[in-house]
Amino acid sequence: MKKSLKSIGKMLGFCIVLMVLCSFLYPLALTGVSQLTMKEKANGSLVDKEGNPVSDVEDAVGSSLIGQDFTEDYYFQPRVSAVNYNTYTEEEKESGDYKGVASGSSNYGNSNPDLKERMEKDLDEFLEKHPDVKKEDIPSDLLTASGSGLDPDISPKAAEIQISTVAENSGLSEEEVSEIVKNNTEHKFLGVFGEDRVNVLKCNLAIADAMGILDGE
Amino acid sequence: MLQIILTLSIFVILVIPMGKYMYHITTGQKTFADKVFDPIDSFIYKICGIKGTDMSWKKYAVTLLLANAVMIFVGYLFLRIQNLPFLNPNGIDSMEPSLSFNTIISFMTNTNLQHYSGESGLSNASQMCVIIYMMFTSAATGYAACMAFCRGLAGKQIGNFYRDVVRIITRVLIPLSFLIGLFLVSQGTPQTLGGNLTVHTIEGKLQDIAVGPVAALESIKHLGTNGGGFFGANSTTPFENPTILSDITELISMMLLPGACIVTFGHMIHDKKKEKAALEVKTQSAPKKRLLMGKQGAVIFGAMAILFTVGLLICYHAEMAGNPVIGNMGIDQTAGNMEGKEVRFGVAQSALFTTVTTSFTTGTVNNMHDSLTPLGGMVPMLHMMLNCVFGGKGVGLMNMIMYVILAVFICGLMVGRTPEYLNKKIEGKEMKLVAICILIHPLLILGFSALAISVQAGLDGITNPGYHGLSQVLYEYASSAANNGSGFEGLADNSVFWNMTTGFAMFFGRYIAMVAQLAIAGSLLAKKKMNETIGTLRTDNVTFMLILVFIVYIFAALTFFPALALGPIAEHLSLWM
Repeated sequence: MKKSLKSIGKMLGFCIVLMVLCSFLYPLALTGVSQLTMKEKANGSLVDKEGNPVSDVEDAVGSSLIGQDFTEDYYFQPRVSAVNYNTYTEEEKESGDYKGVASGSSNYGNSNPDLKERMEKDLDEFLEKHPDVKKEDIPSDLLTASGSGLDPDISPKAAEIQISTVAENSGLSEEEVSEIVKNNTEHKFLGVFGEDRVNVLKCNLAIADAMGILDGE
Repeated sequence: MLQIILTLSIFVILVIPMGKYMYHITTGQKTFADKVFDPIDSFIYKICGIKGTDMSWKKYAVTLLLANAVMIFVGYLFLRIQNLPFLNPNGIDSMEPSLSFNTIISFMTNTNLQHYSGESGLSNASQMCVIIYMMFTSAATGYAACMAFCRGLAGKQIGNFYRDVVRIITRVLIPLSFLIGLFLVSQGTPQTLGGNLTVHTIEGKLQDIAVGPVAALESIKHLGTNGGGFFGANSTTPFENPTILSDITELISMMLLPGACIVTFGHMIHDKKKEKAALEVKTQSAPKKRLLMGKQGAVIFGAMAILFTVGLLICYHAEMAGNPVIGNMGIDQTAGNMEGKEVRFGVAQSALFTTVTTSFTTGTVNNMHDSLTPLGGMVPMLHMMLNCVFGGKGVGLMNMIMYVILAVFICGLMVGRTPEYLNKKIEGKEMKLVAICILIHPLLILGFSALAISVQAGLDGITNPGYHGLSQVLYEYASSAANNGSGFEGLADNSVFWNMTTGFAMFFGRYIAMVAQLAIAGSLLAKKKMNETIGTLRTDNVTFMLILVFIVYIFAALTFFPALALGPIAEHLSLWM
């Protein structure tokens, strides 16, 4: 009995030593080095309304890595999000419609009728909002939900088909809007890895800036 | 396709030196880093009172189980009291008992099945002291068991559990995690002890942004083939996996150590041959050839690579073909099945990630598996059912060797000779243990699935109608028993029924096989060495590699085909026919 107690005690000591090493020394060292050398990135890559990196959350309008929900006609529309990009109004929070920060998708299987229903509804709305767009030109990423519900990007094609509507409603020319899309497009790494993508938040910040609607704030 | 081939090439190039380094660590040989790590290790041994003498396989197994039991106990307590104001900036409440039980078993067994969501379910203290802690220790446990097993097969002493765990943590896991963590921060992964942020958007709304010590968790999550995400949506979330570079880093880091274990094994077996040769011809100096992984290791690596490639091709093509329901709507689906995927990864990198995460049984996801096409989703399910396509850290190799022994046995029966592997006779005792290992896995998956679809508490979890509902159940138990941890996440699995049954599946899936495998190693080690004769079945050539692949597929077909036919295959036919 005494011997087994002693061996459990020894084991407990071993486990605690490992905990000090793995749960404190390692993450704290990583936090220290990251905060000293890459402060903005280590704190969530926040951006201000000009789209520049910022460390103070009071000045931030979002994170360049996290998507946002946009409803105005003069902004680009992001992908479908099952968590609405954790974007909400004060009323929605008070009424409980916003249930707190989350991530994920609706996890519909290919054969789930709810998937078809959601996509058809979104397709109709999109066609109504963009009357000059042909159905076969709409890339599927625009109507499918992202895995995280926080995808900051859309495909270049999905941006291209929105340009004319955005231009019309924002009062900018199509060339200006195309230029904004081009400036916020990231290409495949080394031309091979990943996919070409357009950051929606950065595009919309540039549009708001060009329209001059952020100055009053 | 090119990017997939290039990514896999990087893996093959890295795995060989890594395997060699791990071989040096395992066998206690000199490495370039000894000057730094020797004092650290001896300090740890000293304060814990560890002598580091060799153990018998029984003592090794008992120590392993006891260590895991103590960690489970400490971790469970921690989750229950995580509401205390210690590193808890978001004011998270304590976790309820059945979910705590599930979570602890899940992380201790290297499964990382998550029935909670990190953003709302865990405090930063729990993320560090339970999740990160268990990610290190469960990976080290799997590695230690595997190395003890390999030593047994290679005719060496089984080794010392404490030493194995400490050496792999200090010399491989922590240094690599630190470097990978830094790289991830440079890509945009947060690393802070602060709480969640709320910003005002330009449309006048509010947005919550969840942050925390994400990078520290993220690197060990892949390196240790753990797979449990900081956030609910795991590596699909931009903070866990911000760019294509972070994606490839995560891919390679989860493949690296399981792959390296096979190289280490090859080196150890080669050692044994070298020692024998040196005894026979004492005067002749052994030819100095640079060894990549040894023939025995290469056969196993090759067989796994074939299984992996077949799965990857099926998954990739199924995902590129897209969802016919969406195709019929008349929109452009040339990018493939994008539901549940992220634009920055696209279908190619998502299919690769899906196949890798289930082959190497990590369980991290960069797209939502529930929304994969039926055949695209069958591949990850199948690879978890096989559980030997590279497999988790250490345990995958042990599982594959079970199939090797089985293949040797079946071939031996066919030609009418006593089967032997690595110069040791395979007899009744070993075969019984192998049978336990190979049967426990389908028993857990199919048994629990049958239970779940026959009681209301199980059926309540299903969220997709039709054949896909069965796939959700099968996937959940395959993931639990294989200690993978990914899920068809639509399953409403945070209920007492699902928490308890998957908890048991994970527990038995891990420890029964592990103990049986250590017993096999101990039993083979105790046997007399046989001399190779003309009648010995060679296990180091291409023929045997192909036999091995067929044995694995035949066993999978015999046990799992009926279930797969009712789930993913039926769904595929109903969509496409």
